[in-house]
Amino acid sequence: MPVLENIKIALQALNSNKLRAILTTLGIIIGVAAVVAVVSVVQGLSFMITSQLQEAGADFIIVVPNRPRGEAGEMLGRIELTYEDGLAVNEKAPEVKDFSPLLQRRATVKFSDEHTFTYILCTSASFQEINNHYVDRGRFLTKLDNDHRKKVCVLGTKVVEDLGIKGNPLGKGVSIRKLSFTIIGVLEERGQALGQNADDVCIIPFNTSRLLFGEEASRSLVLYFRAKSAENIDLAKEQITEVLRKQHSLKSGQPDDFLVLLQQDLLERINTILGSVTAVVAGIVGISLVVGGIGIMNIMLVSVTERTREIGIRKAVGAKRRDIIFQFLVEAIILSLVGGTIGIVFGYTLGVIVTRFIPQLPPAHVPLWAVGLGFGFSTLVGLFFGIYPAARAGKLDPIEALRYE
Amino acid sequence: MLINLSNINKIYKMGLTEIRAIDGVSMEVEPSEYIAIMGPSGSGKSTLMNLMGCLDTPTSGSYILNDMEIAHLDDDKLAEIRNKEIGFVFQTFNLLPRANALQNVELPLIYSNISARERRKRALHALEVVGLKDRVNHRPNELSGGERQRVAIARALVNSPSILLADEPTGNLDSKMGEEIMQVFDRLYEQKNTIIVVTHEEHIARHTKRVIKLLDGKIISDESQE
Ligand SMILES: Nc1ncnc2c1ncn2[C@@H]1O[C@H](COP(=O)(O)OP(=O)(O)OP(=O)(O)O)[C@@H](O)[C@H]1O
Ligand SMILES: [Mg+2]
Repeated sequence: MPVLENIKIALQALNSNKLRAILTTLGIIIGVAAVVAVVSVVQGLSFMITSQLQEAGADFIIVVPNRPRGEAGEMLGRIELTYEDGLAVNEKAPEVKDFSPLLQRRATVKFSDEHTFTYILCTSASFQEINNHYVDRGRFLTKLDNDHRKKVCVLGTKVVEDLGIKGNPLGKGVSIRKLSFTIIGVLEERGQALGQNADDVCIIPFNTSRLLFGEEASRSLVLYFRAKSAENIDLAKEQITEVLRKQHSLKSGQPDDFLVLLQQDLLERINTILGSVTAVVAGIVGISLVVGGIGIMNIMLVSVTERTREIGIRKAVGAKRRDIIFQFLVEAIILSLVGGTIGIVFGYTLGVIVTRFIPQLPPAHVPLWAVGLGFGFSTLVGLFFGIYPAARAGKLDPIEALRYE
Repeated sequence: MLINLSNINKIYKMGLTEIRAIDGVSMEVEPSEYIAIMGPSGSGKSTLMNLMGCLDTPTSGSYILNDMEIAHLDDDKLAEIRNKEIGFVFQTFNLLPRANALQNVELPLIYSNISARERRKRALHALEVVGLKDRVNHRPNELSGGERQRVAIARALVNSPSILLADEPTGNLDSKMGEEIMQVFDRLYEQKNTIIVVTHEEHIARHTKRVIKLLDGKIISDESQE
């Protein structure tokens, strides 16, 4: 018996009981929708993070203070990274090209009557290349600004906006903690990045930060480096480690009290986190697909019983066992595919709505494989849970089936 | 010879007791015969028809249809024979309620892998033979009892079977419609079809040329008539 006939029969049967079909597939709909919604959000996130990290460049290295786990870590004294550490690396590690320290604090910036609570980034001249975020108007910090502890600042566009600065902001003054800073540049607009608005920043020279936050604050920095070439980045990492260990006078048995992060390490870490989120969701979804499958099996058993007489008639005029089995299997698969399709649409819509309403999230992104997965899973569920009812239908004895009231 | 039954038994076991629904029946049917099977309720008429119609298999004995032994074939083989060799008409019509007349008549052809166009052609022809050319798109619940039974006859005919079996085809119809149905069978007989009809009623049996009487699963008389 041709497949097309079976599909026609199945559609007719489902069509005559639409509401029941939809309710039956609710489990599948929810399962597939959950998969697609989560995948679309997670994929959007990972897509954004990956492209942003790649934008920063493959030669980009971050060193952060890090207390090692366990007893060895507890034995160490203060865990800190200083400006001097950075300078030492820049001097002694031949594979390192550029260095800038970063001290990040939140503080209120004032302009006439307006004020805004923003991130103060204290850094040096090379930060704009390392961070790959350049000034649009005016200029960036220079070595001189840093050496002379100049009270100058570079603002992100959001800060300019929030402070209500009209006309050309260059040369105007803002105050941070009662100190007055001259605006020397405005950054190009960037938008959201890694859950933080890259335009909501105020950048000042690193040395000037001591006037604001004291000496103590500048002892726990994040150090940004750039390797001479992306190919030798592992060598650069080794050299940085070596210099910093010497700086911190660590003995050969002691663990590092810092962490050197390469772009690819960051990518890997983020992907591991996103991967485990996806895995947890997949587990939940697996359960809901099983529940959905049992729903389908249940309704197919009802359907087989209701249509016992139809099965008898079909067998009486020559339907073989496999014709009947096939008919009901196709029906079960179509049922779950309908659920899968509704689930995919529903899940994607959900993903779009969620990302629309939470501004920190990037736009939803559904990869083709997730759609394929949705369809594949629903077909499998239909097939698996359809087999038993279909086999029962196929086994019916024609005389008894015809006698069924 | 079209059908040769020899020493057919059908025994139902109900707990400890045995019911001999068919008890050692032997009979022969030649092509183009027109036969009535009569007998009181419970005498085994339906059981015998189901056996001849390959809906059921005998407990013992031999059933040769068209020179082929089919008493002990498996389910799928029997389904094929039902599809190709046998047209069955039931007392309760047994039409698919959601399908229209044409689709109901096409049903056996679907299971013999015949193209959609050919199916339609043959089904329309069969409906014409039973005089239902203008009821093609009606569903069973839009047809009278007699019309429903004629759709069922068209379905039985559509695969040009070797034999038409009708188990009390007029049992659910009033006498006027019953008479109409018998006239359809009369015409089919004139066109050289082989027909076996189960009936309680003398005036229905009078349409046929041979009457077989059953009692307690045994043939008690087998007579030709004019
Ligand atoms: N599946 C079954 N299980 C047990 N006994 C059965 C079964 N089918 C039929 N019988 C018995 O076999 C006997 C013959 O039944 P059958 O249906 O052939 O009679 P019938 O002549 O067609 O009767 P009616 O005129 O009422 O239709 C009856 O005694 C019936 O109870
Ligand atoms: Mg009967």
